Amino acid sequence: MSTTNTEESSLSKKDFVTENDVRWCPGCGDYAILNAVQRTLPELGVPKEKFVVVSGIGCSSRFPYYMNTYGFHTIHGRAPTVATGVKSANPDLSVWMVTGDGDGLSIGGNHLMHLLRRNLDINVLLFNNRIYGLTKGQYSPTSEVGKKTKSTPAGSLDYPINPLLFALGSEATFVARTSDTDQKHMVETFKAAHAHKGTSFVEIFQNCVIFNNNAFETVTGREVRSEQALMLEEGQPLRFGENKGIRLNGFDPEVVELGNGVEESDLLVHHSKTPNPAYASILAQMAYPAFPTPFGILRHIEGRETYEDALHAQIKSAQVQGEGNLQELLVGKNSWVVE
Amino acid sequence: MSQATDSFEEIESAVVRFAGDSGDGMQTIGERFTDSSAFAGNDIATLPDFPAEIRAPAGTLAGVSGYQLQFGSRTILTPGDEPDALVAMNPAALKANIADLPEGGLLVVNVDSFKSMNLKKAGYEGNPLEDEEFRKKYQLIELDLTTLTKEALSESPLKPSDKARCKNFFALGFMCYVYGRPLEPTLNFFNQKWGKKLPEVAEANSTALKAGFNLGDTMETARNRYQLAKAAVKPGVYRKISGNEATVYGLVAGAQCANRELLYSGYPITPASPVLEGLSALKKFGVKTVQAEDEIAAMGVAIGASFAGDLSVVATSGPGMCLKSEFIGLASITELPVVICNVQRGGPSTGLPTKTEQSDLLQSLFSRHGDCPLPVIAAHSPSDCFDCAVEACRIALTYCTPVIFLSDLYVANGAEPWLVPNASELPAIISKFAEPGEKYITYKRNPDTLARTQAIPGQPGLEHRIGGLEKSEDGGVSYDPENHEKMTHLRAEKVERIADSLPATEIHGAAEGELLAIGWGGTYGAITSAAKAMQAEGFSVSSLHLRHLNPLPKDLGDIIKKFKKVIVPELNLGQLSLIVRAKYLVDAIPLTKVQGKPFKVSELVASFHKELS
Repeated sequence: MSTTNTEESSLSKKDFVTENDVRWCPGCGDYAILNAVQRTLPELGVPKEKFVVVSGIGCSSRFPYYMNTYGFHTIHGRAPTVATGVKSANPDLSVWMVTGDGDGLSIGGNHLMHLLRRNLDINVLLFNNRIYGLTKGQYSPTSEVGKKTKSTPAGSLDYPINPLLFALGSEATFVARTSDTDQKHMVETFKAAHAHKGTSFVEIFQNCVIFNNNAFETVTGREVRSEQALMLEEGQPLRFGENKGIRLNGFDPEVVELGNGVEESDLLVHHSKTPNPAYASILAQMAYPAFPTPFGILRHIEGRETYEDALHAQIKSAQVQGEGNLQELLVGKNSWVVE
Repeated sequence: MSQATDSFEEIESAVVRFAGDSGDGMQTIGERFTDSSAFAGNDIATLPDFPAEIRAPAGTLAGVSGYQLQFGSRTILTPGDEPDALVAMNPAALKANIADLPEGGLLVVNVDSFKSMNLKKAGYEGNPLEDEEFRKKYQLIELDLTTLTKEALSESPLKPSDKARCKNFFALGFMCYVYGRPLEPTLNFFNQKWGKKLPEVAEANSTALKAGFNLGDTMETARNRYQLAKAAVKPGVYRKISGNEATVYGLVAGAQCANRELLYSGYPITPASPVLEGLSALKKFGVKTVQAEDEIAAMGVAIGASFAGDLSVVATSGPGMCLKSEFIGLASITELPVVICNVQRGGPSTGLPTKTEQSDLLQSLFSRHGDCPLPVIAAHSPSDCFDCAVEACRIALTYCTPVIFLSDLYVANGAEPWLVPNASELPAIISKFAEPGEKYITYKRNPDTLARTQAIPGQPGLEHRIGGLEKSEDGGVSYDPENHEKMTHLRAEKVERIADSLPATEIHGAAEGELLAIGWGGTYGAITSAAKAMQAEGFSVSSLHLRHLNPLPKDLGDIIKKFKKVIVPELNLGQLSLIVRAKYLVDAIPLTKVQGKPFKVSELVASFHKELS
């Protein structure tokens, strides 16, 4: 997103809080994400009335009701289409789309793919808790194989989709991952998503305390995250833990320990603006326990025209010689006069 | 009805059908013959009839494409029950159409294609043209169309195969001679279409057209030539218009009347795609068009654009309507204006994608879950699509509601002359957004229309949330049972109140009598013609045609009471008749047909007679 206003912003978090009682379960990760978004928006220099939050259906999709902006709680899986309509009609708006792993990648996978490839300047926040929460605990398209839930008492059968790979495969121009456990990182990531002109896809690891508690504890837990998560920093080598890093061996990444002939200069260096998506795909496929799980901006490609800009540019170009005349249109080229 | 002159027989009207392979250009010459007839000042109605396959195997019955039109000096309301003249480009076209040609009809065949292979593909055991009985039955004119076209184009630089492709225009030229049609509109068409880019193609087609015309002038076969006076019509500027074109123009006009930007989103589907294509070409008018990834997305984009303040429109056909249903429910509960055009085709499922039917009325009325009545209107002719599109925009914006606008394949693809309206005289559509500074209450209603007022993103101080969950008047989510009942009633009452804005229903014929035929949509021409024909014979038959199907006009109940019998002709299994029976407790008689074809006037006349006897 890059809708900015040069005027000094006097907005604060409380301007984005609604009077509605927030009705997520106590301890739900959604509270932390709501807090981070409400902290981010006042700092973007965008007038409050220009924000539009669009969601689908699911726990995460109640989000617009808790944001004191224009908001639209739509239907299951279809938020990308409504967001596309809003942004196409008025490109001046700052559109934020909130979805979940079921809403965005199961019922709405098709729409999400097309939003990403069209590159509308919209920020997509995908809350991934790897479970269906609002329908009370069935497995989701991001649940691990063998997940035992009420709908899969003997374990789920299907292989999960990787949201980051999905976004990369759809040629998204901005792909990032953050976590509900890290306020600072969320705010930084949302700001970067806003600053990007084009569709920004942010996967947020979000904890469902009721149906899938601690699903991400192995990579977000306070004690383990320095060893089991990889924080991506632009221009910096891929380092994690005390002394470990990621090196490329052919097309495969490998974990190496520095020392014994392994130098920092042997490590992969993070460049999110690399045009070839192969590097970002390597990162997207890295996951604990084989690898540290990466967080941050995996891919950030600038310069691809947004759909709405191209749409309005075509109209502007067609109107260079003046706007159409309705009467001439109705009469057409082959009329005749009856006296 | 006919009067012999020196070289012409004067006639009031004629029905001509062109039939050939789907690759033979039958739709093209049908349209050109229509343009020439319009140019000659005749009234017209057309019936393009083509298969679902783009190019079915050449020479087979499956691949036959036809175009029928009726033109005349009198008012023409239908493309005619049966042709007076049939042009058959190959044996399959002859076989598929000959049963409709009455004895003594003019039959023009391309004998070059009557070879054993083609005869076999069409399922003929012998050559019907060699059958003496067959030859005597019709005014048969055998033309070596392929050979004659190639000869006429001996000087052309085109390849022989490309030369042969001009034979449809040779046939058109010949028929223009027979019916005294001017060639200018077709020559202009060649020039506009190919003049600059492919001048040799324009030249070859012009030569073929003229050669066909000249052949008529010089050939010795005895044959009639016909002449038609101009139709007596209201003075003004006229043009030929198809239903889908009229829909496109009506939507642009509706947006201008309402001073709103127009955003159209669609997914390609037969027979609605020309609306997407037509609007996509009108960027000069500021029209935003989005080709969505599917039917559902098209509806979502329209709802988003409506939320942002555009006049948003989708067009689709039956299968697309099924997919849009959930979103239409969202537009209803959020009370956002969206114009939803359904160009009906034969169903269910893929059904008869290139044939007409009126079987989506009940779907339009009831396809959402929950109690979700919506305004539904239907166009009765190609040019009526313009008025209906403007009316759909008026209802959507005035009442802040989704509207379903039904046309059908027959209306959408058919064409007729149209008295072009004066754009500056179209009535303004008044619908205002909430202004900054007001205290905005999301579901506060206009006391007359019950419409809510939209506040659009970008306006400071009017921030609010809408969504699929039931809301109270102030816009908050509400699970209160009383509130849900109240809001459900309010939404229904709002739709009902549209009836207050409707004009009195027009009755064709006496306002009371024995039999009232009630129709809607594309059956207008056939029903009105049948009623008029019976009135001329002194029978007590009247007809009326409904544009508004929900809400129904307030005077309809009283009108119905004045007739002893009510019959409802429809191209479905009795959908409007079900509504009429339920709403007015009258024993309305369904008269149904689901063959993918329009009613013939003669069919209706026979049914009306049966009810009167």
